[in-house]
Amino acid sequence: MIGKCSSCFMKVNGIPNVRTCIEPVRDGIRVERQRGLPEIPPIANETNEAFEETFETDLLVIGGGPAGLTAALTAAEYGLNVTIVNEHFKLGGQLVKQTHKFFGSKELFGGLRGFQIAEHLSNKIVEKSNIKVLLQTVAYGIFRDNWIGLASMNKLYRVKARNVIISTGAAEQYLAFPGNDLPGVMGAGGAQTIMNEYGILPGKEVLVVGSGNVGLIVSYQLLQAGAKVKAILEIMPEIGGWFVHAAKVRRYGVPILTRHTIKDVWGDERVEGATIVRVNEEFQPIPGSERKVSCDLVLLAIGLTPDTRLFAQAGAIMTWIPELGGLVPLRTPYLETSIENVFVAGDSSGIEEATTAMIEGEIAALTAVLKTEGSIRDALERREKLLKFLWDEYRQSPLLARARAGKLKATVSEDEMRKLRTKFSR
Amino acid sequence: MSIQSFRSTGMISIEELRKLKLIPPEERLKKGPVVIVECPEKIPCNICVDACPQNAITIKNINELPEIDWNKCTGCGTCVAYCPGLAIFVVDISKPNKAYVTVPHEFLPVPKLGDEVTVLSRDGTKLGKGKVVKIFERNRTWVITVEVPREFAMEVRAIWVEK
Repeated sequence: MIGKCSSCFMKVNGIPNVRTCIEPVRDGIRVERQRGLPEIPPIANETNEAFEETFETDLLVIGGGPAGLTAALTAAEYGLNVTIVNEHFKLGGQLVKQTHKFFGSKELFGGLRGFQIAEHLSNKIVEKSNIKVLLQTVAYGIFRDNWIGLASMNKLYRVKARNVIISTGAAEQYLAFPGNDLPGVMGAGGAQTIMNEYGILPGKEVLVVGSGNVGLIVSYQLLQAGAKVKAILEIMPEIGGWFVHAAKVRRYGVPILTRHTIKDVWGDERVEGATIVRVNEEFQPIPGSERKVSCDLVLLAIGLTPDTRLFAQAGAIMTWIPELGGLVPLRTPYLETSIENVFVAGDSSGIEEATTAMIEGEIAALTAVLKTEGSIRDALERREKLLKFLWDEYRQSPLLARARAGKLKATVSEDEMRKLRTKFSR
Repeated sequence: MSIQSFRSTGMISIEELRKLKLIPPEERLKKGPVVIVECPEKIPCNICVDACPQNAITIKNINELPEIDWNKCTGCGTCVAYCPGLAIFVVDISKPNKAYVTVPHEFLPVPKLGDEVTVLSRDGTKLGKGKVVKIFERNRTWVITVEVPREFAMEVRAIWVEK
Protein backbone atom coordinates (compact mmCIF):
# COMPACT_ATOMS: atom_id res chain seq x y z
CA MET A 1 0.00 0.00 0.00
CA ILE A 2 2.92 2.33 -0.49
CA GLY A 3 2.78 1.85 -4.23
CA LYS A 4 5.48 -0.80 -4.30
CA CYS A 5 3.94 -4.26 -4.08
CA SER A 6 1.25 -6.04 -6.08
CA SER A 7 -1.14 -6.77 -3.17
CA CYS A 8 -3.74 -4.30 -4.41
CA PHE A 9 -3.77 -5.20 -8.14
CA MET A 10 -7.28 -4.83 -9.57
CA LYS A 11 -8.90 -4.23 -12.91
CA VAL A 12 -9.69 -0.54 -13.36
CA ASN A 13 -11.79 0.51 -16.36
CA GLY A 14 -10.89 -2.78 -18.00
CA ILE A 15 -7.15 -2.38 -17.51
CA PRO A 16 -5.66 -5.18 -15.37
CA ASN A 17 -2.82 -5.04 -12.84
CA VAL A 18 -3.58 -1.49 -11.68
CA ARG A 19 -2.21 -0.66 -8.22
CA THR A 20 -5.40 0.57 -6.64
CA CYS A 21 -3.55 2.06 -3.67
CA ILE A 22 -2.24 4.81 -5.93
CA GLU A 23 -5.17 5.07 -8.34
CA PRO A 24 -7.38 8.13 -7.79
CA VAL A 25 -11.13 7.62 -7.59
CA ARG A 26 -13.07 9.49 -10.29
CA ASP A 27 -16.63 9.64 -11.58
CA GLY A 28 -17.71 6.53 -13.42
CA ILE A 29 -14.61 4.51 -12.45
CA ARG A 30 -15.13 0.74 -12.76
CA VAL A 31 -13.08 -1.33 -10.31
CA GLU A 32 -13.23 -5.12 -10.57
CA ARG A 33 -11.58 -8.01 -8.79
CA GLN A 34 -9.04 -9.93 -10.83
CA ARG A 35 -9.39 -13.69 -10.96
CA GLY A 36 -6.58 -15.67 -12.50
CA LEU A 37 -4.49 -14.18 -15.27
CA PRO A 38 -6.15 -11.17 -16.88
CA GLU A 39 -6.70 -10.80 -20.59
CA ILE A 40 -4.15 -8.66 -22.36
CA PRO A 41 -5.77 -5.22 -22.60
CA PRO A 42 -6.53 -3.73 -26.02
CA ILE A 43 -4.32 -0.90 -27.19
CA ALA A 44 -6.57 1.96 -26.24
CA ASN A 45 -5.71 5.58 -26.38
CA GLU A 46 -8.15 7.49 -24.20
CA THR A 47 -6.85 10.88 -25.22
CA ASN A 48 -6.06 12.42 -28.57
CA GLU A 49 -2.42 12.85 -27.67
CA ALA A 50 0.26 10.90 -29.45
CA PHE A 51 0.79 7.41 -28.07
CA GLU A 52 4.55 7.85 -27.99
CA GLU A 53 6.71 10.83 -27.28
CA THR A 54 10.43 11.41 -27.42
CA PHE A 55 12.08 14.27 -25.58
CA GLU A 56 15.38 15.41 -24.14
CA THR A 57 16.08 16.71 -20.67
CA ASP A 58 19.14 17.91 -18.75
CA LEU A 59 18.09 15.98 -15.66
CA LEU A 60 15.59 13.19 -15.22
CA VAL A 61 14.59 12.64 -11.58
CA ILE A 62 12.97 9.25 -11.00
CA GLY A 63 10.85 9.36 -7.84
CA GLY A 64 9.23 12.50 -6.41
CA GLY A 65 9.79 12.01 -2.69
CA PRO A 66 11.86 14.30 -0.43
CA ALA A 67 15.14 13.46 -2.22
CA GLY A 68 13.74 13.78 -5.75
CA LEU A 69 11.85 17.01 -5.15
CA THR A 70 14.83 18.69 -3.49
CA ALA A 71 17.07 17.50 -6.32
CA ALA A 72 14.73 18.89 -8.99
CA LEU A 73 14.42 22.26 -7.25
CA THR A 74 18.18 22.55 -6.80
CA ALA A 75 18.99 21.72 -10.42
CA ALA A 76 16.24 24.05 -11.69
CA GLU A 77 17.79 26.91 -9.70
CA TYR A 78 20.91 26.60 -11.86
CA GLY A 79 18.88 26.67 -15.06
CA LEU A 80 18.83 22.95 -15.85
CA ASN A 81 15.81 21.65 -17.69
CA VAL A 82 14.39 19.04 -15.29
CA THR A 83 11.83 16.25 -15.61
CA ILE A 84 10.38 14.43 -12.58
CA VAL A 85 8.75 11.04 -13.00
CA ASN A 86 6.45 9.98 -10.17
CA GLU A 87 4.50 6.72 -9.81
CA HIS A 88 1.92 8.23 -7.45
CA PHE A 89 -0.67 10.80 -8.59
CA LYS A 90 0.67 13.16 -5.95
CA LEU A 91 4.23 14.40 -5.35
CA GLY A 92 5.90 13.96 -1.97
CA GLY A 93 6.60 10.24 -1.61
CA GLN A 94 6.17 8.97 1.94
CA LEU A 95 6.00 12.57 3.24
CA VAL A 96 2.35 12.84 2.22
CA LYS A 97 1.30 10.34 4.89
CA GLN A 98 3.44 11.67 7.71
CA THR A 99 1.30 13.68 10.11
CA HIS A 100 3.92 14.05 12.84
CA LYS A 101 6.27 16.99 13.12
CA PHE A 102 9.80 16.49 11.84
CA PHE A 103 12.96 16.96 13.85
CA GLY A 104 15.88 19.01 12.57
CA SER A 105 16.41 22.73 12.35
CA LYS A 106 14.22 25.47 10.89
CA GLU A 107 16.32 25.48 7.69
CA LEU A 108 15.66 21.75 7.20
CA PHE A 109 11.88 22.10 7.65
CA GLY A 110 12.12 20.88 11.26
CA GLY A 111 8.88 21.51 13.17
CA LEU A 112 6.71 21.11 10.07
CA ARG A 113 4.59 18.01 9.64
CA GLY A 114 5.62 15.62 6.85
CA PHE A 115 2.64 16.38 4.60
CA GLN A 116 3.31 20.10 5.06
CA ILE A 117 6.88 19.63 3.80
CA ALA A 118 5.47 17.74 0.79
CA GLU A 119 3.04 20.60 0.09
CA HIS A 120 5.77 23.20 0.44
CA LEU A 121 8.13 21.38 -1.97
CA SER A 122 5.35 20.54 -4.47
CA ASN A 123 4.20 24.17 -4.56
CA LYS A 124 7.74 25.30 -5.32
CA ILE A 125 8.03 22.68 -8.09
CA VAL A 126 4.86 23.96 -9.77
CA GLU A 127 6.25 27.52 -9.79
CA LYS A 128 9.33 26.48 -11.76
CA SER A 129 8.82 26.72 -15.51
CA ASN A 130 11.88 24.55 -16.20
CA ILE A 131 10.55 21.54 -14.24
CA LYS A 132 8.24 19.14 -16.06
CA VAL A 133 6.28 16.71 -13.87
CA LEU A 134 5.01 13.37 -15.15
CA LEU A 135 2.63 11.86 -12.59
CA GLN A 136 1.41 8.25 -12.58
CA THR A 137 4.39 7.40 -14.72
CA VAL A 138 7.08 4.79 -14.16
CA ALA A 139 10.62 4.50 -15.47
CA TYR A 140 10.92 0.93 -16.71
CA GLY A 141 14.45 0.80 -18.01
CA ILE A 142 17.74 2.53 -18.67
CA PHE A 143 19.21 1.96 -22.12
CA ARG A 144 22.42 2.70 -24.01
CA ASP A 145 23.43 6.31 -24.73
CA ASN A 146 21.40 7.77 -21.84
CA TRP A 147 18.00 6.69 -23.14
CA ILE A 148 15.37 5.99 -20.49
CA GLY A 149 11.99 4.38 -21.09
CA LEU A 150 8.95 5.75 -19.27
CA ALA A 151 5.38 4.50 -19.27
CA SER A 152 2.21 6.18 -18.11
CA MET A 153 -1.29 4.75 -18.35
CA ASN A 154 -1.78 5.88 -21.94
CA LYS A 155 1.59 6.97 -23.21
CA LEU A 156 5.13 5.75 -23.68
CA TYR A 157 8.08 8.10 -23.49
CA ARG A 158 11.62 7.79 -24.71
CA VAL A 159 13.78 10.28 -22.88
CA LYS A 160 17.34 11.23 -23.59
CA ALA A 161 18.65 12.53 -20.28
CA ARG A 162 22.06 14.09 -19.72
CA ASN A 163 21.79 13.18 -16.04
CA VAL A 164 19.55 10.82 -14.09
CA ILE A 165 18.89 10.91 -10.34
CA ILE A 166 17.26 7.72 -9.10
CA SER A 167 15.40 8.47 -5.87
CA THR A 168 12.93 5.60 -5.89
CA GLY A 169 12.73 5.16 -2.13
CA ALA A 170 12.14 1.83 -0.46
CA ALA A 171 9.70 -1.01 0.03
CA GLU A 172 8.53 -2.50 3.33
CA GLN A 173 9.89 -5.81 4.52
CA TYR A 174 7.63 -8.71 5.32
CA LEU A 175 7.80 -11.42 7.94
CA ALA A 176 7.00 -15.12 7.53
CA PHE A 177 4.46 -16.57 10.00
CA PRO A 178 1.29 -18.65 9.63
CA GLY A 179 -1.65 -16.47 8.66
CA ASN A 180 0.42 -13.56 7.33
CA ASP A 181 -1.65 -13.62 4.12
CA LEU A 182 -4.95 -12.92 5.90
CA PRO A 183 -6.59 -9.59 5.12
CA GLY A 184 -5.72 -7.36 8.07
CA VAL A 185 -2.01 -8.11 8.01
CA MET A 186 -0.19 -5.28 6.29
CA GLY A 187 2.85 -3.07 6.32
CA ALA A 188 2.82 -0.05 8.63
CA GLY A 189 3.24 2.21 5.61
CA GLY A 190 0.16 0.62 4.06
CA ALA A 191 -1.88 1.48 7.13
CA GLN A 192 -0.56 5.05 6.96
CA THR A 193 -1.69 5.28 3.34
CA ILE A 194 -5.22 4.11 4.14
CA MET A 195 -5.52 6.14 7.32
CA ASN A 196 -3.59 9.35 6.78
CA GLU A 197 -3.88 9.77 3.04
CA TYR A 198 -7.38 8.44 2.41
CA GLY A 199 -9.00 8.93 5.82
CA ILE A 200 -10.13 5.34 6.44
CA LEU A 201 -9.43 3.58 9.75
CA PRO A 202 -7.76 0.27 8.80
CA GLY A 203 -8.62 -1.49 12.08
CA LYS A 204 -10.01 -0.96 15.58
CA GLU A 205 -7.71 -3.17 17.65
CA VAL A 206 -4.15 -3.26 16.46
CA LEU A 207 -1.01 -5.25 17.12
CA VAL A 208 2.18 -3.61 15.83
CA VAL A 209 5.27 -5.72 15.15
CA GLY A 210 8.47 -3.69 15.42
CA SER A 211 9.30 -0.72 17.65
CA GLY A 212 11.45 1.29 15.27
CA ASN A 213 10.38 4.86 14.58
CA VAL A 214 7.90 3.66 11.92
CA GLY A 215 6.18 1.27 14.37
CA LEU A 216 6.08 3.89 17.13
CA ILE A 217 4.82 6.67 14.86
CA VAL A 218 2.11 4.56 13.22
CA SER A 219 0.94 3.51 16.71
CA TYR A 220 0.59 7.15 17.76
CA GLN A 221 -1.31 7.95 14.56
CA LEU A 222 -3.64 4.97 15.16
CA LEU A 223 -4.41 6.31 18.66
CA GLN A 224 -5.15 9.72 17.16
CA ALA A 225 -7.50 8.10 14.64
CA GLY A 226 -9.39 6.39 17.47
CA ALA A 227 -7.99 2.85 17.28
CA LYS A 228 -6.75 0.88 20.27
CA VAL A 229 -3.15 -0.29 20.04
CA LYS A 230 -3.01 -3.55 22.00
CA ALA A 231 0.79 -3.76 22.02
CA ILE A 232 3.96 -3.04 20.13
CA LEU A 233 6.25 -6.08 19.89
CA GLU A 234 10.02 -5.78 19.80
CA ILE A 235 12.26 -8.83 19.46
CA MET A 236 15.33 -6.96 20.79
CA PRO A 237 15.85 -6.18 24.49
CA GLU A 238 15.55 -2.46 23.78
CA ILE A 239 13.08 -0.27 21.91
CA GLY A 240 14.22 0.22 18.31
CA GLY A 241 13.11 3.80 17.73
CA TRP A 242 13.84 7.07 19.48
CA PHE A 243 12.83 7.48 23.10
CA VAL A 244 10.61 10.51 22.50
CA HIS A 245 8.48 8.59 19.98
CA ALA A 246 8.18 5.69 22.44
CA ALA A 247 7.24 8.02 25.31
CA LYS A 248 4.43 9.49 23.17
CA VAL A 249 2.62 6.13 22.98
CA ARG A 250 3.52 4.93 26.47
CA ARG A 251 1.71 7.96 27.96
CA TYR A 252 -1.53 6.69 26.48
CA GLY A 253 -0.99 3.24 27.94
CA VAL A 254 0.36 1.36 24.90
CA PRO A 255 2.63 -1.47 26.13
CA ILE A 256 5.92 -1.97 24.30
CA LEU A 257 6.84 -5.62 24.81
CA THR A 258 10.58 -6.08 24.31
CA ARG A 259 11.95 -9.61 23.68
CA HIS A 260 8.62 -10.52 22.06
CA THR A 261 7.64 -11.58 18.58
CA ILE A 262 4.58 -12.76 16.67
CA LYS A 263 4.01 -16.51 16.33
CA ASP A 264 0.90 -16.67 14.17
CA VAL A 265 -2.25 -14.89 13.15
CA TRP A 266 -5.64 -16.53 12.92
CA GLY A 267 -9.10 -15.65 11.70
CA ASP A 268 -11.94 -16.70 9.45
CA GLU A 269 -11.51 -14.72 6.20
CA ARG A 270 -9.72 -11.90 8.07
CA VAL A 271 -7.56 -11.28 11.13
CA GLU A 272 -9.30 -12.03 14.44
CA GLY A 273 -6.28 -12.46 16.66
CA ALA A 274 -2.61 -13.23 17.00
CA THR A 275 -0.37 -15.34 19.20
CA ILE A 276 2.60 -13.50 20.64
CA VAL A 277 5.58 -15.16 22.29
CA ARG A 278 8.60 -14.18 24.35
CA VAL A 279 12.06 -14.92 22.94
CA ASN A 280 15.32 -15.94 24.62
CA GLU A 281 18.82 -14.46 24.19
CA GLU A 282 19.11 -16.22 20.82
CA PHE A 283 15.77 -14.74 19.68
CA GLN A 284 14.17 -18.19 19.81
CA PRO A 285 10.57 -18.47 21.08
CA ILE A 286 10.32 -19.62 24.72
CA PRO A 287 7.85 -22.55 24.82
CA GLY A 288 4.96 -21.92 27.17
CA SER A 289 5.25 -18.13 26.97
CA GLU A 290 2.62 -17.81 24.22
CA ARG A 291 -0.24 -15.37 24.73
CA LYS A 292 -3.30 -14.78 22.59
CA VAL A 293 -4.20 -11.22 21.65
CA SER A 294 -7.49 -10.41 19.93
CA CYS A 295 -7.07 -7.84 17.18
CA ASP A 296 -8.34 -7.06 13.69
CA LEU A 297 -5.16 -5.48 12.32
CA VAL A 298 -1.54 -6.64 12.48
CA LEU A 299 1.00 -4.12 11.24
CA LEU A 300 4.51 -5.09 10.24
CA ALA A 301 7.02 -2.34 10.94
CA ILE A 302 10.18 -4.40 10.76
CA GLY A 303 12.21 -2.41 8.30
CA LEU A 304 12.60 -1.26 4.73
CA THR A 305 14.57 -2.40 1.70
CA PRO A 306 15.93 0.15 -0.78
CA ASP A 307 14.15 0.07 -4.15
CA THR A 308 17.20 -0.33 -6.37
CA ARG A 309 15.76 -2.34 -9.26
CA LEU A 310 16.62 0.34 -11.83
CA PHE A 311 20.27 0.42 -10.75
CA ALA A 312 20.46 -3.35 -10.99
CA GLN A 313 18.79 -3.32 -14.42
CA ALA A 314 21.22 -0.67 -15.60
CA GLY A 315 24.16 -2.75 -14.41
CA ALA A 316 25.43 -0.39 -11.72
CA ILE A 317 27.95 -1.88 -9.29
CA MET A 318 25.92 -2.90 -6.26
CA THR A 319 26.93 -3.79 -2.73
CA TRP A 320 25.06 -5.58 0.08
CA ILE A 321 25.03 -3.47 3.23
CA PRO A 322 22.88 -4.76 6.13
CA GLU A 323 22.96 -1.35 7.87
CA LEU A 324 21.26 0.17 4.81
CA GLY A 325 18.60 -2.51 4.39
CA GLY A 326 20.18 -4.59 1.60
CA LEU A 327 21.51 -4.09 -1.89
CA VAL A 328 22.50 -0.52 -2.79
CA PRO A 329 24.56 1.05 -5.59
CA LEU A 330 28.15 1.94 -4.86
CA ARG A 331 28.58 5.72 -5.11
CA THR A 332 31.11 8.53 -4.89
CA PRO A 333 30.85 11.09 -2.08
CA TYR A 334 29.03 13.24 -4.67
CA LEU A 335 26.44 10.45 -5.13
CA GLU A 336 27.36 9.42 -8.67
CA THR A 337 27.07 5.67 -9.26
CA SER A 338 29.36 3.48 -11.36
CA ILE A 339 27.25 4.51 -14.36
CA GLU A 340 28.41 7.97 -15.26
CA ASN A 341 25.80 10.71 -14.87
CA VAL A 342 23.47 8.35 -12.99
CA PHE A 343 23.10 9.44 -9.37
CA VAL A 344 21.42 8.07 -6.25
CA ALA A 345 19.70 9.97 -3.43
CA GLY A 346 17.35 9.22 -0.55
CA ASP A 347 16.28 5.81 0.73
CA SER A 348 17.24 4.09 -2.55
CA SER A 349 20.84 4.88 -1.52
CA GLY A 350 20.24 3.10 1.81
CA ILE A 351 17.51 3.47 4.44
CA GLU A 352 17.93 6.61 6.49
CA GLU A 353 15.32 9.37 6.91
CA ALA A 354 13.68 12.32 5.14
CA THR A 355 16.08 15.07 6.22
CA THR A 356 19.17 13.25 4.97
CA ALA A 357 17.22 12.30 1.84
CA MET A 358 16.67 15.99 1.08
CA ILE A 359 20.35 16.78 1.69
CA GLU A 360 21.40 13.88 -0.57
CA GLY A 361 19.01 15.10 -3.27
CA GLU A 362 20.62 18.51 -3.14
CA ILE A 363 24.16 17.09 -3.30
CA ALA A 364 23.31 14.80 -6.26
CA ALA A 365 21.65 17.68 -8.12
CA LEU A 366 24.63 19.99 -7.53
CA THR A 367 26.92 17.29 -8.93
CA ALA A 368 24.71 17.01 -12.01
CA VAL A 369 24.80 20.81 -12.36
CA LEU A 370 28.60 20.88 -12.08
CA LYS A 371 28.99 18.10 -14.65
CA THR A 372 26.61 19.81 -17.06
CA GLU A 373 27.47 23.47 -16.65
CA GLY A 374 31.13 23.15 -15.73
CA SER A 375 32.68 24.53 -12.56
CA ILE A 376 30.28 26.99 -10.94
CA ARG A 377 31.85 28.37 -7.80
CA ASP A 378 28.61 28.83 -5.94
CA ALA A 379 27.47 25.26 -6.66
CA LEU A 380 30.85 23.85 -5.62
CA GLU A 381 30.88 25.78 -2.35
CA ARG A 382 27.28 24.85 -1.62
CA ARG A 383 28.02 21.17 -2.19
CA GLU A 384 31.10 21.25 0.07
CA LYS A 385 29.10 22.92 2.82
CA LEU A 386 26.33 20.33 2.55
CA LEU A 387 28.76 17.41 2.59
CA LYS A 388 30.45 18.80 5.67
CA PHE A 389 27.13 19.35 7.44
CA LEU A 390 25.81 15.90 6.48
CA TRP A 391 28.85 13.86 7.51
CA ASP A 392 30.47 15.96 10.24
CA GLU A 393 27.37 17.31 11.96
CA TYR A 394 23.98 15.81 11.22
CA ARG A 395 25.04 12.17 10.86
CA GLN A 396 27.21 12.46 13.99
CA SER A 397 24.10 11.89 16.07
CA PRO A 398 24.52 8.58 17.92
CA LEU A 399 20.97 7.80 16.78
CA LEU A 400 22.11 7.83 13.15
CA ALA A 401 25.38 5.96 13.75
CA ARG A 402 24.24 2.73 12.08
CA ALA A 403 23.02 4.42 8.91
CA ARG A 404 26.17 6.58 8.85
CA ALA A 405 28.39 3.50 9.04
CA GLY A 406 26.40 1.90 6.20
CA LYS A 407 26.57 4.96 3.98
CA LEU A 408 30.30 5.20 4.61
CA LYS A 409 30.74 1.59 3.45
CA ALA A 410 28.75 2.28 0.26
CA THR A 411 30.90 5.29 -0.65
CA VAL A 412 34.16 5.13 -2.64
CA SER A 413 36.41 7.98 -3.79
CA GLU A 414 36.09 9.32 -7.34
CA ASP A 415 39.50 7.77 -8.14
CA GLU A 416 38.39 4.38 -6.88
CA MET A 417 35.15 4.65 -8.86
CA ARG A 418 37.13 5.40 -12.06
CA LYS A 419 39.21 2.25 -11.49
CA LEU A 420 36.10 0.16 -10.86
CA ARG A 421 34.45 1.48 -14.00
CA THR A 422 37.46 0.40 -16.09
CA LYS A 423 37.59 -2.97 -14.37
CA PHE A 424 33.93 -3.74 -14.90
CA SER A 425 33.43 -2.12 -18.29
CA ARG A 426 32.38 -4.60 -20.94
CA MET B 1 18.53 0.06 37.09
CA SER B 2 20.98 1.44 34.54
CA ILE B 3 20.86 5.00 33.22
CA GLN B 4 19.75 3.60 29.87
CA SER B 5 16.60 1.98 31.27
CA PHE B 6 14.35 4.39 29.37
CA ARG B 7 15.57 2.65 26.21
CA SER B 8 13.75 -0.52 27.20
CA THR B 9 10.71 0.96 28.96
CA GLY B 10 9.88 4.09 26.98
CA MET B 11 9.59 5.94 30.30
CA ILE B 12 12.14 8.18 31.95
CA SER B 13 12.64 8.66 35.67
CA ILE B 14 13.28 11.92 37.50
CA GLU B 15 16.72 10.53 38.52
CA GLU B 16 17.64 9.93 34.88
CA LEU B 17 16.46 13.41 33.92
CA ARG B 18 18.37 14.96 36.83
CA LYS B 19 21.61 13.28 35.74
CA LEU B 20 21.11 14.87 32.31
CA LYS B 21 20.63 18.29 34.00
CA LEU B 22 17.07 18.49 32.73
CA ILE B 23 15.41 19.07 36.13
CA PRO B 24 15.50 22.61 37.51
CA PRO B 25 16.85 23.20 41.02
CA GLU B 26 14.27 23.01 43.82
CA GLU B 27 14.41 26.80 44.53
CA ARG B 28 13.62 27.56 40.88
CA LEU B 29 10.72 25.10 40.84
CA LYS B 30 9.18 26.85 43.85
CA LYS B 31 9.37 30.27 42.16
CA GLY B 32 6.88 29.51 39.38
CA PRO B 33 6.32 27.80 36.02
CA VAL B 34 9.40 26.27 34.41
CA VAL B 35 10.10 23.73 31.66
CA ILE B 36 10.95 20.08 32.10
CA VAL B 37 12.54 18.89 28.84
CA GLU B 38 12.30 15.09 28.69
CA CYS B 39 14.73 14.75 25.79
CA PRO B 40 17.50 12.33 26.83
CA GLU B 41 18.86 11.32 23.41
CA LYS B 42 21.03 13.25 21.00
CA ILE B 43 18.44 13.76 18.27
CA PRO B 44 19.69 16.05 15.47
CA CYS B 45 17.17 18.77 16.31
CA ASN B 46 17.15 22.32 17.68
CA ILE B 47 13.57 23.50 17.12
CA CYS B 48 13.13 24.47 20.79
CA VAL B 49 16.06 26.90 20.59
CA ASP B 50 14.31 28.98 17.91
CA ALA B 51 10.90 28.56 19.53
CA CYS B 52 11.87 30.06 22.91
CA PRO B 53 10.90 33.77 23.10
CA GLN B 54 13.25 34.22 26.10
CA ASN B 55 16.31 32.62 24.46
CA ALA B 56 16.48 30.34 27.48
CA ILE B 57 17.45 27.18 25.56
CA THR B 58 20.86 26.50 24.05
CA ILE B 59 21.94 23.55 21.92
CA LYS B 60 25.67 23.74 21.24
CA ASN B 61 25.63 21.75 18.02
CA ILE B 62 22.54 20.14 16.52
CA ASN B 63 23.27 16.80 18.21
CA GLU B 64 23.75 18.02 21.79
CA LEU B 65 21.07 17.89 24.46
CA PRO B 66 19.27 21.16 25.24
CA GLU B 67 20.67 23.27 28.08
CA ILE B 68 18.15 25.41 29.89
CA ASP B 69 18.84 28.71 31.60
CA TRP B 70 16.35 28.29 34.44
CA ASN B 71 16.42 31.97 35.30
CA LYS B 72 15.48 33.06 31.79
CA CYS B 73 12.70 30.47 31.37
CA THR B 74 9.30 31.93 32.23
CA GLY B 75 7.42 28.68 31.72
CA CYS B 76 5.36 30.24 28.91
CA GLY B 77 4.96 26.90 27.15
CA THR B 78 5.80 28.04 23.62
CA CYS B 79 8.42 25.28 23.29
CA VAL B 80 5.81 22.72 24.42
CA ALA B 81 3.88 23.51 21.25
CA TYR B 82 6.88 23.43 18.92
CA CYS B 83 8.92 20.43 20.16
CA PRO B 84 8.57 17.80 17.39
CA GLY B 85 9.10 15.05 19.98
CA LEU B 86 6.29 16.36 22.22
CA ALA B 87 8.88 15.98 24.95
CA ILE B 88 8.56 19.31 26.76
CA PHE B 89 6.31 20.04 29.74
CA VAL B 90 5.87 22.98 32.12
CA VAL B 91 5.49 22.47 35.86
CA ASP B 92 4.37 25.14 38.34
CA ILE B 93 4.47 24.34 42.07
CA SER B 94 4.53 27.93 43.30
CA LYS B 95 0.93 27.87 44.65
CA PRO B 96 0.04 26.07 47.89
CA ASN B 97 -1.31 22.50 47.63
CA LYS B 98 -1.86 22.69 43.88
CA ALA B 99 0.40 22.03 40.93
CA TYR B 100 -0.08 23.18 37.36
CA VAL B 101 1.22 20.92 34.62
CA THR B 102 1.32 21.92 30.94
CA VAL B 103 1.32 19.15 28.35
CA PRO B 104 1.10 18.87 24.54
CA HIS B 105 -2.15 17.39 23.21
CA GLU B 106 -2.88 16.15 19.67
CA PHE B 107 -6.16 14.29 20.14
CA LEU B 108 -9.77 15.15 19.48
CA PRO B 109 -11.85 16.33 21.18
CA VAL B 110 -9.89 19.28 22.47
CA PRO B 111 -11.05 20.15 26.00
CA LYS B 112 -12.45 23.58 26.88
CA LEU B 113 -11.37 25.89 29.70
CA GLY B 114 -12.72 24.66 33.01
CA ASP B 115 -13.26 21.06 31.81
CA GLU B 116 -12.32 18.20 34.09
CA VAL B 117 -10.08 15.81 32.14
CA THR B 118 -8.34 12.57 33.00
CA VAL B 119 -4.65 13.02 33.73
CA LEU B 120 -2.17 10.31 32.75
CA SER B 121 1.31 9.36 33.91
CA ARG B 122 4.27 8.37 31.71
CA ASP B 123 2.94 4.81 31.39
CA GLY B 124 -0.66 5.82 30.80
CA THR B 125 -1.86 5.22 34.37
CA LYS B 126 -4.98 7.26 35.09
CA LEU B 127 -3.90 9.38 38.06
CA GLY B 128 -7.23 11.12 38.48
CA LYS B 129 -8.86 14.31 37.22
CA GLY B 130 -7.41 17.72 36.46
CA LYS B 131 -9.07 21.06 35.67
CA VAL B 132 -8.10 22.75 32.40
CA VAL B 133 -6.94 26.30 33.19
CA LYS B 134 -5.16 27.36 29.97
CA ILE B 135 -5.23 26.32 26.29
CA PHE B 136 -3.43 27.47 23.16
CA GLU B 137 -2.58 25.91 19.81
CA ARG B 138 0.28 26.00 17.29
CA ASN B 139 0.17 23.98 14.06
CA ARG B 140 -2.37 21.50 15.43
CA THR B 141 -0.55 20.86 18.70
CA TRP B 142 -2.68 22.04 21.61
CA VAL B 143 -0.91 23.11 24.78
CA ILE B 144 -3.07 22.39 27.79
CA THR B 145 -2.44 23.41 31.39
CA VAL B 146 -4.21 21.40 34.08
CA GLU B 147 -4.56 21.98 37.80
CA VAL B 148 -3.71 18.79 39.69
CA PRO B 149 -2.86 17.77 43.28
CA ARG B 150 0.66 18.87 44.25
CA GLU B 151 2.02 15.31 44.47
CA PHE B 152 1.33 14.74 40.75
CA ALA B 153 3.49 17.64 39.52
CA MET B 154 6.25 15.34 38.29
CA GLU B 155 3.91 12.51 37.30
CA VAL B 156 1.24 13.97 34.99
CA ARG B 157 2.48 13.94 31.39
CA ALA B 158 -0.70 13.70 29.29
CA ILE B 159 -4.41 14.38 29.42
CA TRP B 160 -7.28 12.35 28.03
CA VAL B 161 -10.77 13.60 27.33
CA GLU B 162 -13.23 10.79 28.13
CA LYS B 163 -15.67 10.35 25.26
